[in-house]
Amino acid sequence: MTHLDYPSTALPDDGPHGSEERGPAISPLRPGMDPGKIAVSSQWTLIWQKFFSNKVAVAAGVVVLFFYFIGLFAEFLAPTSPSLAQPRFTYAPPQSLSFFVTDADGGWTWQPHVKGYTTTVDPASLRRAFAIDENSVIPVGFFVEGTPYRFWGLIEMKTHLFGPLDPSQPMNLLGTDSLGRDLLSRLIHGTRISMSIGLIGVVSSLVIGVVLGALSGYFGGWTDLVIQRIIEVISAMPTIPLWLGLAAAVPIVWSPITVYFVVTLIVSLLAWTGLAREVRGRFLALRGEDFVTAAILDGSGRARVIFRHILPLLTSHILAVVTLAIPTMIVAETALSFLGIGLKAPVVSWGVLLQDAQNIRTVATAPWLLIWPAGAVVITVLAFNFLGDGMRDAADPYET
Amino acid sequence: MWVYVVKRIFLMIPTLFGISLISFFIIQLPPGDYLTSLLASMSDSGQTIDPAEIARMRATYGLDDPMVVQYFKWISGIVLRGDFGYSFEWGRPVSDLIWDRMGSTLSISLAALVFVWAVSLPIGIYSAVHRHSVGDHVATFFGFLGLAIPNFILALTLMYVSYKYFGQSVGGLFSPEYIGADWTWGRVWDLFMHLWIPIVVIGTSGTAALIRILRANLTDELSKPYVVTARAKGLSEFNVVMRYPVRIALNPFVSAIGWVLPNLISGVTITAIVLNLPTAGPLLLRALVSQDMYLAGSFILLMGVLTLIGMLISDVLLALLDPRIRFT
Repeated sequence: MTHLDYPSTALPDDGPHGSEERGPAISPLRPGMDPGKIAVSSQWTLIWQKFFSNKVAVAAGVVVLFFYFIGLFAEFLAPTSPSLAQPRFTYAPPQSLSFFVTDADGGWTWQPHVKGYTTTVDPASLRRAFAIDENSVIPVGFFVEGTPYRFWGLIEMKTHLFGPLDPSQPMNLLGTDSLGRDLLSRLIHGTRISMSIGLIGVVSSLVIGVVLGALSGYFGGWTDLVIQRIIEVISAMPTIPLWLGLAAAVPIVWSPITVYFVVTLIVSLLAWTGLAREVRGRFLALRGEDFVTAAILDGSGRARVIFRHILPLLTSHILAVVTLAIPTMIVAETALSFLGIGLKAPVVSWGVLLQDAQNIRTVATAPWLLIWPAGAVVITVLAFNFLGDGMRDAADPYET
Repeated sequence: MWVYVVKRIFLMIPTLFGISLISFFIIQLPPGDYLTSLLASMSDSGQTIDPAEIARMRATYGLDDPMVVQYFKWISGIVLRGDFGYSFEWGRPVSDLIWDRMGSTLSISLAALVFVWAVSLPIGIYSAVHRHSVGDHVATFFGFLGLAIPNFILALTLMYVSYKYFGQSVGGLFSPEYIGADWTWGRVWDLFMHLWIPIVVIGTSGTAALIRILRANLTDELSKPYVVTARAKGLSEFNVVMRYPVRIALNPFVSAIGWVLPNLISGVTITAIVLNLPTAGPLLLRALVSQDMYLAGSFILLMGVLTLIGMLISDVLLALLDPRIRFT
């Protein structure tokens, strides 16, 4: 998407437009910007400039990219396999990472390490209790060999970004779960699933929303009435009961990958209404514009007017709405999986991780099982909201 | 005014029809029906059931009729006789089971709505009047946080905190010693101690949204000339703010019933499952999983109807408040 060819109405210096003034009433001048440059900037340059002047949105964008980066390289970034159970270390608390080892003579040596565990078994409840053993040092390092995996399911690899030098020794920076699986590795793999559900879900609701919104706004009349009724019905329904109903219909026997796509579809099925409304509103406003009339007089068909002339104008708005819709989907997936009717083990998502935190007694023994996955969800949702807000503000660079 | 109300109710009919279609569609989605899943679980445990008996049950409940016939039977039973069908799992008519649960769903939602109003009104006004003050920034921060934390995570966190630091049992509506006890002040207090968590959990995101809306609206109003006039003629600052701008900025509070209520009901559903409250949520989840279709469908239908009624009430109130709406 590069330069768009419509902005003759948009440039501040292109003179009067006849009787009706539709151009910007306020020019996007900001201190420190060269007015001459703004006058010849393309719409997208202006959008970028406005977006980058919003520090919070940029920071949120970096966080979002970081999470996608983690999801993309999950196998490599995770210290071990998410399904590797360590029966000796169930509910082991988090170890903290230190960088220097104290020698016998009191000197400091550079050696990243974690402290080992000492295990005591409570004779009454037969429960293991872990304490951090200050004396046992487990050296860790970068690019170590660990559990083998297939990177993106294709390349056989053994190298992990980070891990214990001796793979048989425990390193659980965020603690372990009921089977002794490393929470950090599970969280990293969960990032891939949870973040991608948001992305794929938003694409499908984007298609539904844009097509129906465009039809509704462009044609008006009966088409509009029917589509508006449908939107009204869907947004009148409380979403969670609907999601529950749809997700409960997914047969247990389906393969995890099918369930993944079906859950994504379910989540997106109710989320397109906001987008459709936004698109419809813009279409209503734009269909009377001169450039649309000109295109029709030039003999463009309806599809061409909609998709070639009007939709490109809305790209920035659509991007903003889409960004704001992603967190809803992530939360929906998390909630469904948490309730046990979304994704199921062996698939790891944040919601699946939170399933372990359903029991309050488990959380009391192992609070990290709640804190980290919940923290990941909250940070992601916050980041997407700030990013989306910033994009929405930037979507119309001619408003102040 | 009455014309407006009648028109509004008339417009609700297609939406109601749509909601009933969606509810019915959802309960028909799972492959098979309650009897097939019952048979599967019975044959798993080695029991058998007479095929003639099965055929009789299928005929009684009309499970082999075409979809349209089944839908028509279902919806006409509800509309004409108030008969919501039969819960296979509980062996009782659905209407015996749902009203209590829907009642508690509604009362918790309303309590949460009151909470939303009570908290967001003062904070919203404060934020708008003292823009960019420390208090405003704190409110904005918590507002964003409130919007970002999903209900069930907040519920889990509060449960954990109150379990760990107050040593309090948080699931359900009563502590064990008060279940089934007579109403005493102690029991009321106990109920309150259990209710505040769900109400806070459910109300938080609505509160955050409403604070933001009120702040934006009131900020717009405060910069209008009539406010300057009011100040110039010597009204006290309190009167300047409360007399007119707040009244105008209050419209979203009324229209909030319409869009906050679906969120609240959604929130009650999932929060109740986490906190094990006797509302529609846990029963709905169970009914859905066991394919107890009429029970699940009735819950979904009633929740949809409830939000529609909420929207109707908010539209009517809005029309009462604002003549511009009822005369167009």
